[in-house]
Amino acid sequence: MSSTYATVITDIAVLLALGMAHVPLGDYMAKVFTSKHHFKFERLFYKAVGVNPEVEQSWKTYAASLLSFSAVSVLLLYGFLRVQSWLPPNMGMKNVSPSLSWNTAISFVTNTNWQNYSGESSLGFLAQMAGLAVQNFASAAVGLVVAIALIRGFVVHNKDRIGNFWVDFVRATFRILLPFSVLAAVILMANGVIQNFASPHVVHTLAAGVQNIPGGPVASQEAIKELGTNGGGFFNANSAHPFENPNPFTNWLEVVLLLLIPFSLPRTLGKLVGSKGQGRAILAAMAVIFLGSLIATTAFEIHHSGAALQLAGSAMEGKETRFGIGQSALFATATTSTSTGAIDAAHESFTPLAGGFLMFNMMLGEVTPGGVGSGLYGMLVIAILTVFICGLMVGRTPEYLGKKLRPREMKFAALYILTTPAVVLIGTAVALSNAGARKSISASGPHGLSEILYAFTSAGNNNGSAFAGLGGNTTFLNFALGTAMLVGRFVPILLVLGLAGSLAEQGHTPATQGTLDTTKSLFIGLLISVAIIVVALTYLPALALGPLAEGIR
Amino acid sequence: MKNARQYFTSLRLLLGITLILGILYPLVIFAIGQVALKESANGSFVTLDKKVVGSSLIGQNFLGSSWFHSRPSAAGATGYDALSSGASNSGPNEPGLSQTLKTRQHAIMVEEGVTANQIPADAITSSGSGLDPDISPAYAHLQTARIANQRHLTISALNALINLHTKPRTFGFLGEERVNVLELNLALASLH
Repeated sequence: MSSTYATVITDIAVLLALGMAHVPLGDYMAKVFTSKHHFKFERLFYKAVGVNPEVEQSWKTYAASLLSFSAVSVLLLYGFLRVQSWLPPNMGMKNVSPSLSWNTAISFVTNTNWQNYSGESSLGFLAQMAGLAVQNFASAAVGLVVAIALIRGFVVHNKDRIGNFWVDFVRATFRILLPFSVLAAVILMANGVIQNFASPHVVHTLAAGVQNIPGGPVASQEAIKELGTNGGGFFNANSAHPFENPNPFTNWLEVVLLLLIPFSLPRTLGKLVGSKGQGRAILAAMAVIFLGSLIATTAFEIHHSGAALQLAGSAMEGKETRFGIGQSALFATATTSTSTGAIDAAHESFTPLAGGFLMFNMMLGEVTPGGVGSGLYGMLVIAILTVFICGLMVGRTPEYLGKKLRPREMKFAALYILTTPAVVLIGTAVALSNAGARKSISASGPHGLSEILYAFTSAGNNNGSAFAGLGGNTTFLNFALGTAMLVGRFVPILLVLGLAGSLAEQGHTPATQGTLDTTKSLFIGLLISVAIIVVALTYLPALALGPLAEGIR
Repeated sequence: MKNARQYFTSLRLLLGITLILGILYPLVIFAIGQVALKESANGSFVTLDKKVVGSSLIGQNFLGSSWFHSRPSAAGATGYDALSSGASNSGPNEPGLSQTLKTRQHAIMVEEGVTANQIPADAITSSGSGLDPDISPAYAHLQTARIANQRHLTISALNALINLHTKPRTFGFLGEERVNVLELNLALASLH
């Protein structure tokens, strides 16, 4: 069987697995967030934390709870990293510098997992598992509950309450993320992902050399790293490291895990709004763009343009033998189309146009299918924009899922659409005008611009992957990228919660003859077009100077 | 005052989940591993004469001419440093990368007595982790003449050894065919 043929079957196998899983999982998640029943364990937990689970919150209180939790998380994680050398088991690791601690704390709390450090040489086991991995759960849960709050905005009528943050958070964590993580961790471990607390094992090798082989609680972290679309590697090489991703099956599984919840949430939407067609339409738009990008990236990688890759005869620089070109292109597309940012191959060494597509996936706002929760709420905002534009064309008041899109809703949506591009482009411009930041660039010519553009695209969209030639651990870049992650995460979340509150206060608007049917293929086509056109217009000039300039000659 | 209470609740929630997700969860996975999956959870170590000589998942340097060589590695100063995994992170048009690949190509042409277009890509490129345990079967077969000469073995015996250690695609379609270099060299060492 040729490699190309095997790649096609591998990709189809991913789609089949997701196709089978998204209905039961989507329905299950809908049940989790509507159930009136609290488990005994949850009641105890609410009591210990001091929360009354029966009280619903207004969008402002919901947002305040979310922000206070995230602020406390950043502060505690920052402190944790600053003092890790005094906490056992630290494996002899030093305290992390202030600017790097700040960057890393924000990175993990915002579900970005941008890493300006190398895991095996900077962090002890306790900081990884009780600091970073906890935020892998928490940040995914935060994304998920915001998506659920927005769906409630459509579902409830004439009400100023959108749910209880604490209850949603606890259920997202303990009823969804934790059980699946346990299962995934055991499967990964059976395939060779390590889970131990051993110091580096000193080995005298066959060829009379010495090798220090590290230990660590990797499997438990790897599972939630993918399932929660986080992406922060235990080791510097991330999912290219054989202890994180030992064979082609684990690679396939990790791709499925990181796409699993984002591709299932449209079903949850359909179930909760009482029209499965609405969920299917969103899912279809996500899947079409994802597939297009996957095919393009795979084709460019097989074609291996670039002087060095032509010399080698294949785009194997930065790729693992066991994965080859096909599984590396698949992983790269999946990780940048979600907010994961894990890598199983060096993105910097991808062909110029494939690298451009990886950036494009993120620039879409990570909605194809996007991060846990953030992908769905991002796509719903684009859907609102689409319905609004269509409404303008025919001169009717636009409505979506039974709610009118009034000036107030449109203000939230428009600001949402503008926030991330502003963060990315202004951040890139500021960094390029800073002489110190320019020194961090390792590549020459347009590829050097791509390094910075990729970094701010990744940070602003909370992805976390990198063109890793960029030396990001400088005070300026730690601060600038940290700020980009913070603004790129919480400003959109606040706007979405505001939108949810505004929608919830409305009554139900029944569909009439003039209502645009948002379950039909016409709408799916429009939604895809709006998503791509909005991105293309915003980012094309920047892309033209980086990957396009390098790739088209 | 209400805001202060939110922060207090947040702190308690964070400490609660840190205990469950940050301590208990990894310990439970650890316990499952030690009971049921001890070998793989501990690092898939391989032994020769009861002495651990490496992990079958972590590639090693095999520089001597009597060994099957691994791929080039960007991990650490001399390659295959398992405490500093990573890739070269060179761009596809980087002049420095082209130069490096040419140098490696030339070295292999001299060492194996082959032409440039016989050399597979994995032989001259470095991997994503710098710890790639595998090489392509093509690169393994490329090295047989040299090793046969060094170890006074026949090329056909070495080809048989490579075929025995060639892992197929998982389920016939996942990943690529490959040969684990440490396992291959262990088998080579025990041929005598």
